Amino acid sequence: MTTTRSITKGKVAGIISNLVIVEADGPFAQNEICFILAGRTKLMAEVIKTERNKAYTQVFENTRGLCIGSEVEFSGHMLEATLGPGLLSGNYDGLMNNLSTMEGIFIRRGDYTPTLDTAGKWDFTPIVSDGDKVIAGDWIGEVTENSISHKIMVPFVLEGDLVVKKIVVSGSYTINDVVAVLTDQSGYEIPVTMTQKWPVKKSLTLYKEKPRPFTMMETGVRTMDILNPMLLGGTGFIPGPFGSGKTVLQQSISRQAEADIVIIAACGERANEVVDLFTEFPELDDPWTGRKLMERTIIIANTSNMPVAAREASMYSAMTLAEYYRSMGLKILLLADSTSRWAQALREMSNRLEELPGPDAFPMDLPSSISNFYSRAGYVYLNNGHTGSITFIGTVSPAGGNLKEPVTESTKKVARCFYALSQQRADSKRYPAIDPIDSYSKYLEYPEFQKTLATLISPDWVEKVDKLKNMLIRGKEAWEQINILGDDGVSVDFHITFWQSEVIDAILLQQDAFDEIDARTPLLRQKYMTDSVMDLLDFPFHFESFDEVQPFFKKIIGKYKQMNYSEFESKAFKDFEDEILSISEGSKMKS
Amino acid sequence: MRMKIFQKIYTKLERITKATCVVRAENVGYEELATVDGRAAQVVKILGDEVTLQVFKGTEGIPTNAEVIFTGKPPTLKVGEDLAGRFFNAYGQPIDGGPELEGEEREIGGPSVNPVKRKQPSELIATGIAGIDLNNTLVTGQKIPFFADPDQPYNQVMAMVALSAKADKIILGGMGLLNDDFLFFRNVFENAGAIHRIISFVNTTEDPPVERLLIPDMVLTAAEFFAVDKHEKVLVLLTDMTLYADALSIVSNRMDQIPSKDSMPGSLYSDLARLYEKAVQFEDGGSITIVAVTTLSGGDITHAIPDNTGYITEGQLFLRRNTDIGKVIIDPFRSLSRLKNLVIGKKTRADHPQVMNAAIRLYADSVNARTKQENGFDLTSYDQRTLDFAKDYAEKLLAIDVNISTEKMLDIAWDLFASYFSIEEVAVKKEFSDLYWPSV
Repeated sequence: MTTTRSITKGKVAGIISNLVIVEADGPFAQNEICFILAGRTKLMAEVIKTERNKAYTQVFENTRGLCIGSEVEFSGHMLEATLGPGLLSGNYDGLMNNLSTMEGIFIRRGDYTPTLDTAGKWDFTPIVSDGDKVIAGDWIGEVTENSISHKIMVPFVLEGDLVVKKIVVSGSYTINDVVAVLTDQSGYEIPVTMTQKWPVKKSLTLYKEKPRPFTMMETGVRTMDILNPMLLGGTGFIPGPFGSGKTVLQQSISRQAEADIVIIAACGERANEVVDLFTEFPELDDPWTGRKLMERTIIIANTSNMPVAAREASMYSAMTLAEYYRSMGLKILLLADSTSRWAQALREMSNRLEELPGPDAFPMDLPSSISNFYSRAGYVYLNNGHTGSITFIGTVSPAGGNLKEPVTESTKKVARCFYALSQQRADSKRYPAIDPIDSYSKYLEYPEFQKTLATLISPDWVEKVDKLKNMLIRGKEAWEQINILGDDGVSVDFHITFWQSEVIDAILLQQDAFDEIDARTPLLRQKYMTDSVMDLLDFPFHFESFDEVQPFFKKIIGKYKQMNYSEFESKAFKDFEDEILSISEGSKMKS
Repeated sequence: MRMKIFQKIYTKLERITKATCVVRAENVGYEELATVDGRAAQVVKILGDEVTLQVFKGTEGIPTNAEVIFTGKPPTLKVGEDLAGRFFNAYGQPIDGGPELEGEEREIGGPSVNPVKRKQPSELIATGIAGIDLNNTLVTGQKIPFFADPDQPYNQVMAMVALSAKADKIILGGMGLLNDDFLFFRNVFENAGAIHRIISFVNTTEDPPVERLLIPDMVLTAAEFFAVDKHEKVLVLLTDMTLYADALSIVSNRMDQIPSKDSMPGSLYSDLARLYEKAVQFEDGGSITIVAVTTLSGGDITHAIPDNTGYITEGQLFLRRNTDIGKVIIDPFRSLSRLKNLVIGKKTRADHPQVMNAAIRLYADSVNARTKQENGFDLTSYDQRTLDFAKDYAEKLLAIDVNISTEKMLDIAWDLFASYFSIEEVAVKKEFSDLYWPSV
């Protein structure tokens, strides 16, 4: 939509909830934004279907009181995000309105606030010089935004080779001051400021190469890092019935993950969960830099009671911000809670458009919408040789907890990590309720990542992880046998096998997200604990009868739990460890 | 919304279905109220000059030449202090024979609160019921439903919660309420001397089902008046939300919408969230807390109504009959209060979270032991002890007739631990067992 044209206008011809049919008096484009005048308020809407001169638009607001014949103005562009310094620490709605600068307690209809502050000044340092050749996405200068080096880039929409005609000297500028003038091949001069716009539904692909992910993203959540690690630039999803701890898990990841910037898209979820972030993130420390968590966070909040069409947009807005920061060579973690609510927003509109429905009344193109979205994540080599990554983790809220529903199934095809939350684990308060057997990280099979693990942790790490998984599976099988045949209907070995898996579960997998120390386990400590547990379980245990097995392992688990609650390598930590050793020595002596 | 000086009367209906009728009219606003043959109706669709009206009471007997009058405004409620102590129907009209309301007229179903203007809920609501206070602590600004089978005493428990919770106003929204239950609520509130702080909007089984759709918005508009304008703590009771959702599906069906799971409209999640998300804690102390009832059919929580509700609300409370003690208990496994972590161990004693988890874990072990027992296997000493513990735990803490302070609940739990288990078996943080483990 780069062609210029005179402004198209139109009139409202039909209203069905937030689907408004507009009769236009000129050309307009699919997905173009238009504004509907309801009295003095302008309601933003997006064209989602076109039929001759009729534009079917989804309105991002409540349409109450709207009348036939109301005036409509087309904007000439698609839904865009405004990009520039000042995004960090911000709280936005799905359309990138700044929630913090809105007046009043309620979000009034048509209340649109600018994404960025235009008055504040930033200390700009040029990176290029007059006469340099550049292309779209190249870094021309930088400012410091919350300790992060925010690169000012050649506008992404520009095409072909450009030349820097003039770049300003270091100094204080607002985002709308011209910091550079570029010329294109025909000598046309293009002024460049620190801010630019990008249509959120288009992916931003100004990089040289997108290799397979190969480095780990530490989350401090043991069951993820040890058994099914997430990678920088990786994709994963967390499906789970309600009450299985999806939200707590995602919040742990957002607090602890190794990322330069965390973008949280609260998409159609509870407002109080967003309030948790607003309240806690300005207080909590980023474990990686010691600065406040809020400094590295952007929150896109389109909670379940906010307009449903803006909910759909919120996911795209969040991804666009992630792509913008990735172009600066940063590590981004994008969390979306929940992709099911996004899919439901698509369903509501498709339903109003009276499209033929697919499974569960979702639109037929749901799988492709989901895979297109996931494919925007990834690890990239930028044109200037720097690297950047977007790690994307989405939650899925399957209806009735049934994983055979369209959103889960479509997501499973594209996401490489699967963290299945199990109701059974949640019911017995084994948190995080990630099922260690059903879940997977396909990345463990990537040779390039196995190489990373060998140098990062230890050469035999992958084997250890395999062994852990096997022990968990064997433990589960033993438990089933015990349940079928009875405690004394099986040999003592079955009990030992089961309790070995219980130790792994209780010590390595279960983690108290609300305990200051246990909540986050750094990789080094994870390795230490894994080695310790596996060494212990390698003991050739001998028990006279099955009823000795449980008390022994319960005792061990009790002590190990205290270790998990103690400061790493503190005296208490070591004391508990010594106690564990002497308990197990005792059992050895008996044999 | 603009007011009309001249009210135009239309007298030619184009089409009539069971719940809707179509009239050709101009200058009509979306969601505007109208009357069709004297019955209340609302605009649900406009295509050109064809206006579709949903007639709340149904279209039985409406003639094609019925009078259609548009009021020029969406449904409203007159809000003011004079709401207190009164009973209203779904249109906000008094049904108790008292005077008409005189307050400011407000549109119902208003905009949502800006999330950045909310405060994190942090004030505990003590109910005295240990199954709630100990295991599923409620917090102001929370929204939580009872998931109950129709034969369970959910309305009684809800009334108990309402009366023991310290709220400035209690607003009851009854949807498809049995007249008996309506009288029950009224008697309980009257006997407790609390009627002056209670407001009721009631649609009983005798009223048309589609009218129910207005009830929650009426209730929440009144609640927002007291919470926002008067900075009061408001407790909203909604019973039964399943009947509300059923009314939604009736309407969407008659509008020829494509149903999604369980014949519910595809927008069920958004429709329910819009209501439940009105629960809020404000900076200045005003708050809206919502306790609702979602009745289940045969305990099935995978049905679209409880399922969507569970994803919206901050937890759910399950009632279950415990055969060991012959009483109704709050099910400790399936019940959950998501906001409890904001208050337990902070507003209550520090050992609360660990005691709660340990007790539930031991109770879970008792379920395994029971399975073993039922399958005819020998029980270990530990198994036997968990079974004994489970019975005592249900009797002394989970039963809904227990009414004690949280501190007392914790002490009872420690006593139970010590009577049946060793410190290692209970496995709580050492600092707490040092402090609270009863010395023999």
